[in-house]
Parts: sequence; structure tokens; C-alpha cells
Amino acid sequence: MNEYLLKGLLFIFIFYISFVVLAKNNFRFIYWLSVCYSGFGLLCSLSFLLSGQSSQSISFPLGLPTTGAHFKIDALASFFLLIVNLGSFVSSFYGIGYGSHTSEQSRTLPFYIIFLGSMNMVLLAADAFSFLFFWELMSLSSWALVMSSHQHKETAEAGFIYILMASLGTFALLFALSLIAAPSKSYCFDQMGKVSMDGKLASLIFLLALLGAGSKAGLIPLHVWLPKAHPAAPSHVSALMSGVMTKVAVYGFIRIVFELLPSQEKWWSILILIIAGISTVVGVLYALMQHDIKRLLAYHTIENIGIVFIGIGLSMAFKIYGMTAASALAMTAALFHALNHSIFKNLLFLGSGAIQSATDQRDMEKLGGLILNMPHTAFTFLIGSVAISALPPLNGFVSEWLLMQSILQSPQLPSWGMKFLVPSVGAFLALSAALAASCFIKVYGITFLGRPRSMQSTVASETDRWSVLAMYALAFLCIIFGIFPRLVIHLLGPVVRAIAATHYFPLSAKSFFMPLSLVVDQNAYNGFVLVLLLGIFLFFILISVKWLSSNQFRRTPIWDCGYPEKSPDCQYTANSFAQPIRKVFGPFLFATKEKVVCSEPWYPKAAKMIVKLHDQIWEYLYKPVAMAIDRISEKINFLQFLTVRRYLVLVFLTLVCLLGCLAFLL
Amino acid sequence: MNHNLYFDITHMLAGSMLLVSFVLLYQDRMFSLLNVYTVHALVLAAAAAWQGFVQQAPHLYATAVIALVFKAIAIPLTLRWLIVKLAIHREIEKVVGSGISVIAGFFLTALSITVMMKASGGTDPMTREDLSFALAVVLIGLLMMAGRRNAISQVVGFMSMENGLILAAVGAKGMPLVVEISVAFSVLVALIVIGIFLFRIRERFDVVDIRGLEKSGGER
Repeated sequence: MNEYLLKGLLFIFIFYISFVVLAKNNFRFIYWLSVCYSGFGLLCSLSFLLSGQSSQSISFPLGLPTTGAHFKIDALASFFLLIVNLGSFVSSFYGIGYGSHTSEQSRTLPFYIIFLGSMNMVLLAADAFSFLFFWELMSLSSWALVMSSHQHKETAEAGFIYILMASLGTFALLFALSLIAAPSKSYCFDQMGKVSMDGKLASLIFLLALLGAGSKAGLIPLHVWLPKAHPAAPSHVSALMSGVMTKVAVYGFIRIVFELLPSQEKWWSILILIIAGISTVVGVLYALMQHDIKRLLAYHTIENIGIVFIGIGLSMAFKIYGMTAASALAMTAALFHALNHSIFKNLLFLGSGAIQSATDQRDMEKLGGLILNMPHTAFTFLIGSVAISALPPLNGFVSEWLLMQSILQSPQLPSWGMKFLVPSVGAFLALSAALAASCFIKVYGITFLGRPRSMQSTVASETDRWSVLAMYALAFLCIIFGIFPRLVIHLLGPVVRAIAATHYFPLSAKSFFMPLSLVVDQNAYNGFVLVLLLGIFLFFILISVKWLSSNQFRRTPIWDCGYPEKSPDCQYTANSFAQPIRKVFGPFLFATKEKVVCSEPWYPKAAKMIVKLHDQIWEYLYKPVAMAIDRISEKINFLQFLTVRRYLVLVFLTLVCLLGCLAFLL
Repeated sequence: MNHNLYFDITHMLAGSMLLVSFVLLYQDRMFSLLNVYTVHALVLAAAAAWQGFVQQAPHLYATAVIALVFKAIAIPLTLRWLIVKLAIHREIEKVVGSGISVIAGFFLTALSITVMMKASGGTDPMTREDLSFALAVVLIGLLMMAGRRNAISQVVGFMSMENGLILAAVGAKGMPLVVEISVAFSVLVALIVIGIFLFRIRERFDVVDIRGLEKSGGER
């Protein structure tokens, strides 16, 4: 039966992609079609995961002449299909309504289709050629989506950096895959990596895969494009890029490192843990300094990808030391968090899109008080904020809790280095969760509470019902997966078994009300009981407040310390909220320069405070490279204006030099 | 006939082609350059015919006929007509002097022999020597193109380079005729294009020195 599923997926892909031609301006039709397409993908992946069957593959005489194109659906692919199609289902649904707020639909629609389709196909591809082909298609179509508002100068720059980094990533993956393919003499994933491999070669492949997948996922220091490119696209595309495309990169990494490479080495996991730990904390700190709501969300993607990679690194470390149960736990946590992040990040981006279309603003300092005008957006955004801050009983908490549990297994690791490293990564994780919470207090408080800071946010009105429906669906999933985490863990069983050789929670315990615990009677988390208790407490508090308080009341103005606020600018700002944290981390991470400009006392004017933040990674890692390339190209620019004969001389000298090298080398 | 004689004659023909290349490099008059080029093409025709006989491959005779008709007769006559028609200055302007270019030619020959002897280790000695001479002819042709200012002598350099390629092709067994015919036609097309080009340069700058082109620099 699964063979038909796979064939159906491929067939519908072709059918769907062919609508690029029709995607002129009829956006509703295209988005409905996308809803159907991703809905079908969602059903396929779910039915595959639930049927518990092993892989199913199919091949066509396309692509490379001798290899053909191979497609395969297995547990890992189908779980990521679930993530991709869940995200695209909701985003397309959102697009039905959101489309009417944007102009120039024909700039996004064709690429939207290709983007969705190619993400699905990357997951299904089972040979190196098709994998890279669809990977590149995914990069290019998302680039086109980023560039859809190319008239802004920032967008053009973001697109340029994005395409550079995407090419670098694909280049690294191309090398990695061909190095794996070389010893086994096949480009097909089934045959690749079955041959034992030299340790140094395997390490090189690992590094290339980390570079390729990490640059797409946004690991620090390969993240530079992400906070620029993700916010530049239309909001539902930003949601897909941040929530879904980064997961495709995670999939690529897992596929290459855990499946195609025969064995893993110890230092790989150490490297992953360090990079991922730094990504979580630095990502969230960058986010705290941001006041552009979409860019802030993009920085949070870096943080969450870091969390996912912490799980992957831990899983690898435990696997190497033979602790399969702990390895399965860490991988479960990582994949669970990947799903969770795709849900709440989609929700938050859709919410920010609703805000942007209602107020035409992305700068939080110009927003405020939206909870009155946009109650539905405010409510769903609150759910998303709580989920991303990893607060119980929502889904973000469950996956981070599982990850913490697997970190607590680290004392059993035999290596002393790991015994120290893993808990310190755990400290980073805890710190990032706390900082994320404070960051979202800032976002929510400044955007939705208080008084409006601009005309647009005063007159904003609730967004259309399609968008609201999409956001409610995601918020619902956030709650459900938080209360019944076993739903997801049950689905993850076959996936984790394929990677870590065992799965953590036995499938026999199918009761979804059971608590999550490592050992019986120890450290259990039961979302259902928690919600029940919270509900009961809330109920009693409400009752007692109602009962104890007097029912006589009078209306008076709010007490404001005797100084009525004249202007909404007197409110607390996002900048001032972030200021204490900036004081602590700023000099080290951002090389902050603060300057207070006071006027002379005899000529009174408003004082100003200027804060300048520098992205250290950009300044010290990327800028020198860019400047070196600039300088070299300036030096060799004269080659463009030579005479015909000089060009001939150049050709001649090159040929002679190459022949000379050949004479020496042979 | 014994094998040694075959080898010697092949060797002689290829070697004399290299020698004629050196002679080409030394010329400083247009018409004598064209005459030497004719000799170059004649030797090529002889080499191709000889290879056809040795390898018993009749299509190589066709190659020889093409070389004889096009390269030894048609191209030199056309170029001669061009020179007369355009009243081109009959002296060849050189960037590198004759002596130095001949010495450079020696080095190129040594280089190509070293490379080819090392690269084609397992094949039979006849093919190896043929290939190394052919590579030397190609390199000298390129040297001529790089070291001469005058358009006609650059054309001749290009043609002699192409002769070297054909020499390599006839030496290697199993080169299909189609390839050779198409190469020959491409050279003819190149001749026509270059001819038209020369007329245009002439119309525009009154000289056929490519420095005229360099000064204008095209459309930047």
C-alpha cells in the first residue's frame, strides 16, 4: 500500500508543480491547491508513520544517466514530511487570507509552489543527485521569495548574502556526498556508506555536512544570512523558511551523518555540542537586542536550531559510548523540538504577519496596545510566546524537558571531558530558555499591551478569518502536544529506532495520559495532570476572589504616581527592557557603544542616547573575507581590458605552465 | 617492408613538420611566410597519406586530400589575394625577435616531448613520438599567434596550430573521418570570418595591424 502512497506523492508533486504556469494572479486558487497538496503529504506521512512499516522505494530513469532518480519514504523522511507539510498546510491556509493584503502576487506564487514541492522532494530523494537537485531548487526558490520585495535596499542585500551562503552550503554538501559516493561507487543512498571508511575521510565528510546543513539551518557562525533573509520574505513564507526549511537542513544532516556515514567519532559530538550551545545563547541574545519583530523571530530560530542540534550531538555522544537508551532519548527530544519549533515559529511568524498587515509596522517601538484591536491574534501570539519560552504545559516545555533529562544522563558517560561539557551545555540551554522567556515578555508586552505608540496601531483592526483560523490551529497543536506529548513520542518511535537502534518509550504503553518519566517514580512530567491541577487552582482562585472581594466598586482613573502620562512615548520601551541584559552581555558580544548626547545647559534641547551594536561574528569572520575578495578582484580587474594579443599570451603562458606542471608531476 | 622503415618514415615526416614550424617562426616577409605555410600543409598531407598507408585506413587518404586542397592550395591563395587586395604592409611586425622566438620554440619542443613521453607511457613508440611532435607544432603555432602583431601572420599561426592537431589525429589510430572533415570545414569557416574581419578593420582603420583594434578598444 505504501508503494501507492509514494507513487501518489510523486505524481501529485508533478501535477502540483505544473501549476506554476497558471500561477499568475489567482492566488486563492493556488493557495487552496497548496493546502490540498500539503494536506495529502500530511496524510501520507502520518499513515506511513502509524503503519510502522519499513522503507519503500521507487526509481525512475531520470536524472543522472547511469544512476536514475531514486525516491524513498522511510520513518525519518516521513517524520520530516510531517513537519514540512504541517507547516505548509497552515501557511497556505493563512496565505488564502494574507494574499489579499499584499500586492504583486505573481512575484511570489510560482516560487511558493516550487518551494513547497522541492522541500517535499528533498525529503523523498534517495540518491545524491536528486537530493542536491531539489536542495538547490529549494534554495533558489526561497531566494526568489526573499527577493519578492526587491525594491527595498535591505532586501537586495539580504538576498545577495543568502544566495552566497546557500551556494556555499550546497557546494559543501556536493563535496560531502561525492566523497561518500566515491568508495561505494554508487550515488544511491541505499548503497552509499555501506563501505567502511577511513576515519579522516569520514571526519572531512562530517565537517562538510555540518557546513552545508548548518549554514542552511542557521548554526552560529554560519547564521549571518538568516536574520536578514527570513524577515524579508512575505510573512507566511518567512514562517516556512524559519519553521520548516531549517528542519529540512536538520534532516539532511541526520541523513548524512547518522545513516550514510558508517560510524561516528567522539570529537564530532563535542564539536556539535559546542556550536549548538553557543548558538542557543548567542541566538537568543541577538534576539533580545532586536526590536524588529520578524527579525527577532528569525534570531530565535538560531536559538531553537541550536537546541535541536544539542539533542543531535548528545544522541551521537551517547551512541558512541554505547548508551543506546540515552541516545534514543536525546534524539527523541531533538526531533520533538524540531516539530515543536516548526509549530510555534510558524504561529509567531503568522502572528507578526497579521500585525504587519494591520499596522504596516514591524518595529515594536511603534506598536502597542494591539490586544484591544486584535484579540485573536493577541491570544494565539500569547500561546506561541509561552510555547517558545518553554513554559509548561505547552509543547516547548516538553521537548526541552526531555533534553534536560538526557543531559542529566551525562554523569554516566565514561569520558571526563564529556562529563564536564554536557552539563555546561545544559547550563547554556537553561540560560537560553530563561532569556527566551524574557525576550517574549518584551515582545508581548511592548506589542500587545500598554498604549498604542503610533497612529497605525491605534486604528489597527483584526486580520481576516482565514489567517485567524490558521493561527488558532497552530495554537491548538501547541497545547495538545504539550498536554499529550505521548502522541508525538508514539509517532517518533520508528524514527528514533532507525537512528539510535532503540526507541525510548516502549510502544506498548499507548496510554496518552501516562506521564513521561525516565525511571518509574522519578522525575515524571505529566502535562495532563498539570493542566488539570492548574485548572482546578484557577477555578478555586476565581471562586475565592469572587467570594472574598466586595462587590461594590467605583470607576476612577488609574493611579499614575501623580504624574499623568502625556504621551505614549513615556511608556516602557523595548529598548529599555533589553537594557539590563545589554549591559551584561553587550560589551563582550556586541561591542556596544553607548553615548549620551546632552545639549549645553544654556541652550536646552532634548538629550539623546545613541546605542551602537556590532555583530562581532560579521566583523571578524565575514568582513575580512569580503574585503580580501574585494581587494583581490580590484587587483586583477585590469585583466578585463587587455588587448587581443595579450589574451593570447595569457592563454599561451597558462598552457605552458600547466604542461610544465604535468611534466614535473608525471 | 620492415617495421623499422615504417617508423623512420613516420618519424621523418612528423619531424619535418616540426622543422617547417620553426621555419615559419623565422620568416619576416608575408609572401615567404605563406610559401612556408604551403610547405607545412604539404608535409601534413604527406604524413596523413603515409599514415593511411601504414594503418591501412583509407579515410586517412581523404584527410590527406583535404589537407592538400584546402590547406596547401586554397588557404595560401586566399591569403595572398587578401594581402594584395588590401595592400597590406609586406613586412611582419614582431613583438619578440626571431632569434628569441626560435629559442622559445626549442624549449617548447623539449617541454612537449617531456610531457608526452611521460604521459603516453604504455602506447607504441610511433604514436608517442608523433604525439609529442604534434604538441610541439601546436605550441609553436600558439607562440606565433602570441608573438606577432600582424593579423595575417596570426591567421597563419592559427592554421599551423590546426595542422598540428590534424597531425596528432592521424597518428592516433581510430580517428573517424567525420571529425577530420568537420575540423577542416571549421578552419575554412574561420578563414572566411577572418577575411571579412580583415576587410572591416581595413575599412575602419586603414591598417591591418591589430593595434588599430586595441586603440579603439571596442564598445566598453
